[in-house]
Amino acid sequence: MLDISESVMQFLLVFLVAGPLAGAAAALLPAPPGLRGKSPDQAVLRHGVTVTGAILAAAIVLAIGFDHGRPARMQATTDISWIPALDVRIHLGVDGISLPLLVLTALLTFLCALYSYFKMPAGPSPKAFVALLLVLESGTLATFAVLDLLLFFLAFEMVLIPMYFLVARWGGEGRRAAAWRFILYTLLGSVVMLLGLLLVGLKAGTFDMVALATDNGRDITTSVQVIAVLAIGVGLAVKTPMWPLHSWLPDAHTAAPTVGSVLLAGVLLKMGTYGFVRIVLPIAPDGMHVLAPYLAAFAAAGIVYGSLACLALARTGARGDLKRLIAYSSVGHMGFVLLGIATMTPTGVNGALFANVAHGLITGLLFFLVGAIKDRYGTADLDTLAGATGAALYGRAPRLGGLLAFAAVASLGLPGLAGFWGEMLALFGAFRPAEGLSRPAFLTFMAVGAFGTLLTAAYLLVVVRRVCMGARPDAGRPPLPDIQRYEFAAWSPLAVLTVVAGLWPAVLLGLTDPAVQKLLAGGKS
Amino acid sequence: MTLAATSAAGAANLVQSVDWAAVAPPAIAAVVALAVLVADLFVPAARKQLLGWGAIAGLVAAIVALVPLRKGDRSTFCLTTGADACSYTADHFTLVIQFLVLGGALLTALLSLHETEERLPPGEFWFLLLCSVAGAALLPASRDMATLVVALEVASLPAFALVGLKRGDRMSGEAALKFFLSSVTATAVMLLGVSFVYAATGSLHLTEIAQNLDDVPAPLETLAKAGVALTLVGFAFKTAAVPFHFWVPDTYVGAPLPIAAYLSVVGKAVGFTGLILVTVIAFPTYADVWGPALAVLAALTMTVGNAGALRQAPTRAWSAVRLLAWSSVGQAGYLLVPIAAAAYSGDDQIGATVAYALMYAVVNLGAFAVAALVARAHPLNRISDYRGLYATRPGAALAMGFFLLCLAGLPPGVIGLFAKVTVFSAAVDAGLGWLAVVMGVNVVIALYYYLQWTAVLFRAPEGAPADRPAPAKQPVPAAVTVAVVVTAAAGVALSGYPQLVLRFAADTLF
Repeated sequence: MLDISESVMQFLLVFLVAGPLAGAAAALLPAPPGLRGKSPDQAVLRHGVTVTGAILAAAIVLAIGFDHGRPARMQATTDISWIPALDVRIHLGVDGISLPLLVLTALLTFLCALYSYFKMPAGPSPKAFVALLLVLESGTLATFAVLDLLLFFLAFEMVLIPMYFLVARWGGEGRRAAAWRFILYTLLGSVVMLLGLLLVGLKAGTFDMVALATDNGRDITTSVQVIAVLAIGVGLAVKTPMWPLHSWLPDAHTAAPTVGSVLLAGVLLKMGTYGFVRIVLPIAPDGMHVLAPYLAAFAAAGIVYGSLACLALARTGARGDLKRLIAYSSVGHMGFVLLGIATMTPTGVNGALFANVAHGLITGLLFFLVGAIKDRYGTADLDTLAGATGAALYGRAPRLGGLLAFAAVASLGLPGLAGFWGEMLALFGAFRPAEGLSRPAFLTFMAVGAFGTLLTAAYLLVVVRRVCMGARPDAGRPPLPDIQRYEFAAWSPLAVLTVVAGLWPAVLLGLTDPAVQKLLAGGKS
Repeated sequence: MTLAATSAAGAANLVQSVDWAAVAPPAIAAVVALAVLVADLFVPAARKQLLGWGAIAGLVAAIVALVPLRKGDRSTFCLTTGADACSYTADHFTLVIQFLVLGGALLTALLSLHETEERLPPGEFWFLLLCSVAGAALLPASRDMATLVVALEVASLPAFALVGLKRGDRMSGEAALKFFLSSVTATAVMLLGVSFVYAATGSLHLTEIAQNLDDVPAPLETLAKAGVALTLVGFAFKTAAVPFHFWVPDTYVGAPLPIAAYLSVVGKAVGFTGLILVTVIAFPTYADVWGPALAVLAALTMTVGNAGALRQAPTRAWSAVRLLAWSSVGQAGYLLVPIAAAAYSGDDQIGATVAYALMYAVVNLGAFAVAALVARAHPLNRISDYRGLYATRPGAALAMGFFLLCLAGLPPGVIGLFAKVTVFSAAVDAGLGWLAVVMGVNVVIALYYYLQWTAVLFRAPEGAPADRPAPAKQPVPAAVTVAVVVTAAAGVALSGYPQLVLRFAADTLF
């Protein structure tokens, strides 16, 4: 849109990755005079808001300066040698696939920092909290910005330690075990992924993602590609998470503090699906061809499994935790994303990328809302909340109840909101999968997925009924605070973007489509 | 150079000219060792500290002596007749390992400076340490079996005494005896192996052994094979590879802490170097024998080491040192991987071991330095003693966290991660996929205990600070602080620019 010189764009992208790291180091140092604020805690939390705000501003400028006419081209690229011995280059760049994810990450982290400024989760000093949050942001932004396989791995690993400590230190009940589960699962997956990446890199002779994507796996034999896709896929599938490798997710979400859940669902899970699109599809297409039906089968199973688990949790008397429920719903939603990717068609992959962003917005909002409900009621247990008739949020805190209902219907994929397009396109893709993939199989998966959307609608409506509706409580109970001003500030951008993406999907699809076409075609286009 | 001179003088001339500059690094260490021993007789008790500074100066001088050799083309003590074989070669491999040994010894010396004031007899300590260093520095340069064995013994024998040097400590003596007995057995086995190889090939020079092993007469083939296997056993012991690892935990716990650090880094380097020299230079013909054997050994070593480390209860006495001991066994497994890979795809893989060893030396010495620091306030050195270290000594806690994550191979320990990546890629490149997978599982196991320890550092101190006054902060000896700062700075620098050590993984060192 706006013509910004290439060197400024380069700087912006480097700043996105390095800025939060510098901010994290600065957060550990004592505040300089003039920036001390009311107390050291307040000063460091404000520092977090400032840094993430600057990063968000940079991301927005980057999005404005991005050449929207040619989203398939890598822009703002930096390419310098870092470790010649391993052929690792600091190669950064952004195209239509990574740009939305970069902006989403910057936005969600900023909103989390803003929310924590007013409502710091219970736990040790905020100094470490802010530093870890910034390292986490740097790691996720780097994952979406780097174009070197080993650097991608480094960025992928970089988020583990901060997330571990965020859960283990500032989390709720059972946080220690949940944090261990999270880190051991992901690490086991990512070690296997490293082996796959090394296999690809050593066989093809380069670790550069752009060069590898242009080659389209021509230098690698099919059998090596199958092994590589299997290894890389396991690592990414744990992160995504794909059923049946998802079992770390519900515990981690239940135990994590609100901002931890928001970032985990909104950003960290996207790293897995992004890896599938950026690495697996273009670099080892033959291997992916062999394994795509299996991936689609697991994805379809995940859709149904996630919805059934949610239905079971939403039942009266199941003592289901709301956070856990939303975590399981993530398994279902990510199932759609994986199904879209497994079709290997532009339609499916575009749908997957759209669903990715939509899930980040909607589930981020849902976790914020559930966190707020937990703070107000002191529990997220659905039975305790709902009592005999329902929690009556409409009556007691109408705005909060309204927003929760809005997020729930967005999540179930109501047309006109963000959740709809991605899942529909993913199912469309499955209707006509790429050449060479078995059509009957994919038609079955499509039918299973479509059934899953019905189940999704069912449990979300049950949740809305039990949390938002119900008999008006007697006058004796203290009034429930409705949405505070800071909460409004942190949540409204997500709600607005959900509507915008739902009404005007071309904003996103126009960005991703050319890039996806190019990735799937490799050097041929 | 010397070769040209001697051949010009004629084959009959049996007097070798010695390239003193090339042999300077081990020679300086040896001379300073003797000087310290003699000086101990004349220095009054109050000024024994001077001996320590003398030893440190000697080590620095030895490191400086490496600089003029940096082109890596010197060799000396060559055969004056016939074949082009030298007993002492200062190529790039030698120089890197010598730097590792001398640098590791220097850090050990910094850690010990304070100990010698209080608990250890200074004269003997510095003499023994420098003797062992001289042997360890000679070993990578040796290119014949006799020099190799002598260097190995010079490096090991003083180490037994160093382990047992804690006065009036029963455990120290027991540890030394254990270490001594198992080590001597291994040496005896190795000598037997060397003699078999000599009998079969008729030479002690590594390059000549390699040539002659190609055409060993048929009746002697079994002898040669047995010789190769027995020789490897000796070095496997020094590297503490499974099943020769039993001495490690007890020895580390019984030994003075700086000596445990020394054994874990320099002692291991000695074993690896010897192993690399005999496998890659002397026995390439038998790669099909030692390749699979080393691969299995590597897998067993890392698995057993990590399983042992995993079992350490944090509240048990000396659990911190025990954990470091077991984890060093596990790390030895990773170090073996590229050597095994070299059997399948060529010498280039050795560089990965060297790069990994350099990374390991820096961060492991760093971890021991912090352990020495903590041990001053908590002599039992339990892992639970590290709880709340961040509250009392934030710098030390951050450094320790960084070292542990480097050992685990997770960011922010970038150098640890990339060192592991080089080892992985050596395995994948050589087609040892199964070994890479075993190593992957082990990396995850190791992460569990390293991260658990890291988490302890940052947990709130036990008991509320209000109802119990914080223990008076003991002053930290400056030398220990310097050691922590130097290793942390080196670790951070390497993380920012891993090429510094990883370049050894890219080119041939020989």
